[in-house]
Amino acid sequence: MSHPPSSPLLELQNISLSFKGVKAITDLSFAVAPGEICALIGPNGAGKSSLLNIINGVYRPQSGLIRFDRVEQRSMRPHAAAELGIARTFQNIALFKGMSVLDNVLTGRNLKRRSSWIEQALRVGRAAGEDDRQRAAAERVIEFLRIQPWRDAIVGRLPYGLQKRVELARALAAEPRLLLLDEPMAGMNAEEKAEMSRFIVEVNREYGTTVVLIEHDIGVVMGISDHVVVLDYGRKIGDGPPGEVRRDPEVIAAYLGTRH
Amino acid sequence: MLYQEAGQFSTRYADDRRLFRLRQDRLGLALLLAFAFGAVPFLGNDYWFSAILIPFLVLSLAGLGLNLLTGYAGQLSLGSAAFMAVGAFAAYNFELRVAGLPLLASFLLGGVVAALVALLFGLPSLRIKGFYLIVSTLAAQFFVQWALTKFSWFSNDNPSGVITAPKLEILGADFGSPAGRYLLTLGVVAALFWLGHNLVRSELGRNWMAVRDMDTAAAVIGIPLLKTKLLAFALSGFFLGIAGALWAFTYLGTVEPHGFDLNRSFQVLFIVIIGGLGSILGNFLGAAFIVLFPLLLSNLAGLLPAGLIDAGQLENLQKIVFGALIIAFLIKEPEGLARLWRRLRERARLWPLRY
Amino acid sequence: MEFFFEVLIGGLLAGVMYSLVAIGFVLIYKASGVFNFAQGAMVLFAALTFVSLLERGVPFWLAFLITLTTMVALALLIERAVLRPLVNLSPITLFMATLGLSYMIEGFAQALWGAQVHGLELGISDEPLEVGGMLLSQFDLFAAGTAAALVALLALLFNKTRIGLSLRAVADDPLAALAVGIRLQRIWAVVWAVAGFVGLVAGLLWGARLGVQFSLSLVVLKALPVLIIGGFTSIGGAIAGGLIVGAAEKLAEVYLGPFVGGGIENWFPYVLAMLFLLVRPAGLFGERAIERV
Repeated sequence: MSHPPSSPLLELQNISLSFKGVKAITDLSFAVAPGEICALIGPNGAGKSSLLNIINGVYRPQSGLIRFDRVEQRSMRPHAAAELGIARTFQNIALFKGMSVLDNVLTGRNLKRRSSWIEQALRVGRAAGEDDRQRAAAERVIEFLRIQPWRDAIVGRLPYGLQKRVELARALAAEPRLLLLDEPMAGMNAEEKAEMSRFIVEVNREYGTTVVLIEHDIGVVMGISDHVVVLDYGRKIGDGPPGEVRRDPEVIAAYLGTRH
Repeated sequence: MLYQEAGQFSTRYADDRRLFRLRQDRLGLALLLAFAFGAVPFLGNDYWFSAILIPFLVLSLAGLGLNLLTGYAGQLSLGSAAFMAVGAFAAYNFELRVAGLPLLASFLLGGVVAALVALLFGLPSLRIKGFYLIVSTLAAQFFVQWALTKFSWFSNDNPSGVITAPKLEILGADFGSPAGRYLLTLGVVAALFWLGHNLVRSELGRNWMAVRDMDTAAAVIGIPLLKTKLLAFALSGFFLGIAGALWAFTYLGTVEPHGFDLNRSFQVLFIVIIGGLGSILGNFLGAAFIVLFPLLLSNLAGLLPAGLIDAGQLENLQKIVFGALIIAFLIKEPEGLARLWRRLRERARLWPLRY
Repeated sequence: MEFFFEVLIGGLLAGVMYSLVAIGFVLIYKASGVFNFAQGAMVLFAALTFVSLLERGVPFWLAFLITLTTMVALALLIERAVLRPLVNLSPITLFMATLGLSYMIEGFAQALWGAQVHGLELGISDEPLEVGGMLLSQFDLFAAGTAAALVALLALLFNKTRIGLSLRAVADDPLAALAVGIRLQRIWAVVWAVAGFVGLVAGLLWGARLGVQFSLSLVVLKALPVLIIGGFTSIGGAIAGGLIVGAAEKLAEVYLGPFVGGGIENWFPYVLAMLFLLVRPAGLFGERAIERV
């Protein structure tokens, strides 16, 4: 995807966000083309997570525009974002800790339900057949991410690396058009990172899912992304293909520190 | 080996979805129901029906009602008794004012009115989280009790707000005897537990647990928070309302608003804590404990020389032991009696081997 | 208009009494994150112990001292037997534990001292006092004065002593406090002991007002809406909340009560607190946390 198509899937225009007067993001604009893997990089506190929170409506920016699939919005709402097909994972895993892996993945499919809660409670109407279809879809994701052995385990008791994978499974279960990943490989060893990278690339290739991810490991970022956006102190300081961004003097300064 | 699950594979998703997956569990439940419906009415005596079995069943149902809201959806409530009261007084008024209304229909309508009231007091739950929410449920508790006492219309102008159960009759059959009241209660409670069990395993049940475990993440994956929370309040109110109607009609016969005071709410909460938050079975275990424990204690006190412990001291003692047990449970077994039961079952799976 | 002010000031003064109970709550919540439902039972226990000692001929100050010692011992016991094993559990679990605790303390207090009503005479006449044309209760004025003194004392404790500094550190960030060598358990014990002292003062005033009896433990239900309006973490909030609830409750009873048949003081503060929450979900003085995900 070296030539972005004419209309981006996601476009942010002049976004600004502040908390009680402290600026987190200042006048930021960038676009994500359909089908690409876009990496957001930058030092800690650069506003990367806040940006994801704006894209799926957890935070509402003070100013700016979001355009998703050509529909313009002042700000998102989490529920509306999910309905548009935006799924995400969190920096500090946000799984439902008291539930099994399977149940967690099934919650990811809640928007695909058509039967009402009354039908489900009384086990009539559309409920039964739909249960099977939902289960089958969830099982496909579980198989894809190779977490079958832990299907019935309570999520809170699983090791960290697996929890990260279950969270990705829950996001994928929604069959998203845009997948937001907040440090999917944080705290992983090289082998686990390689595995997770492979999953992300496979999702992108097989289902054409557009991915926006935050990652600190520059090697991984350069390896899997089509497009890199660099943030520093809430401003964009770099935007382009990985090879180009890596040579940008301003980016190098922000990352390695300028010698004064 | 008694409790062998090897060889019982689910080959279809539908098998996994059944009420109980294991053959032993299904058989056990069938036997238990057959015993409860077929044998107990002949074996039990009036004392057992009126003082133990009926309150046990009704309190189990009340526990289920609160468990949906607190154990599954994670919304703490101290207003359970208020919703029970609404159910009882609503059922009474429907029965009184609608000529020829079947008894079961008045239970159902009582539950629906309680659900609506619970829904109303659940409205702040979208904006108010955690402890702050108990203000809303306590408001329900005090407001309902006040309204039922203040406006005598609710009790058909009885000066002290007392209501009396109508004749317990379904399709011409009289359920007025202790055994009849037991059977009626059992039937209603069994049907509602089937419903409750389905609910917590459905999409809605998963959404409740998702909201309980982390509501921000739940919103992000598209779970509608307001609808999910309000349904938890409404359905909890529905179950509690029917429990209240049973409490008034099949257990006590006459009841006043004061019978549904804050202490009753605490009682229901204790059932849920002792039995196990987020467990269906736990409601029965907790209710059995709450009903049997005071009897056990007073029997024990009866063994002591007469006059050593008077009724007042017995009540104090009961409070101390109860409080201590609550704390002990929270420390040693936060998942309640239901967890102990599961461990026992694990043992049975291996018995007579140790591993 | 004069009548209005009389009702208002009477309400404000009554509100001070609610604040007294609420302050004990705030202390414990700030330091240990526990929503202590047993505060009411502690008030009852303190008052019952004190009055029973008086009735057995123990002089006032000695009785006060013995009761205070008992409350401190109770606090240490609670810290050791209840809080320590429950550390790291969810706030809702801790809250339910304090429910159990309140059952235990109530049962124990009555098993020890009996269930009858005791009169408590603090030597303050309840003669109304005329101030600027309005009739005010002397007792209420005394209670307000006591509350003010108590708050001043607490402010000194928190702002001028080492233990106060540690306490503020714990309230701010328990993990960081632990990391710099503050002993959490000691802080908890101190805070529960101070809350016991506050409970004793509240118990004496409430006991003198209502008689020392079981219903004293129900003052906790009055303190709840106060806390919710004021926020769980602010002593100033507890005072302001108490004043608001006291005044609103009296005004509502006088001006609204007749239309709905009276007796609304049980639920009115809760509905008021609910309305407050809808506007300010973390209370009047509570900080609303930014959600981080």
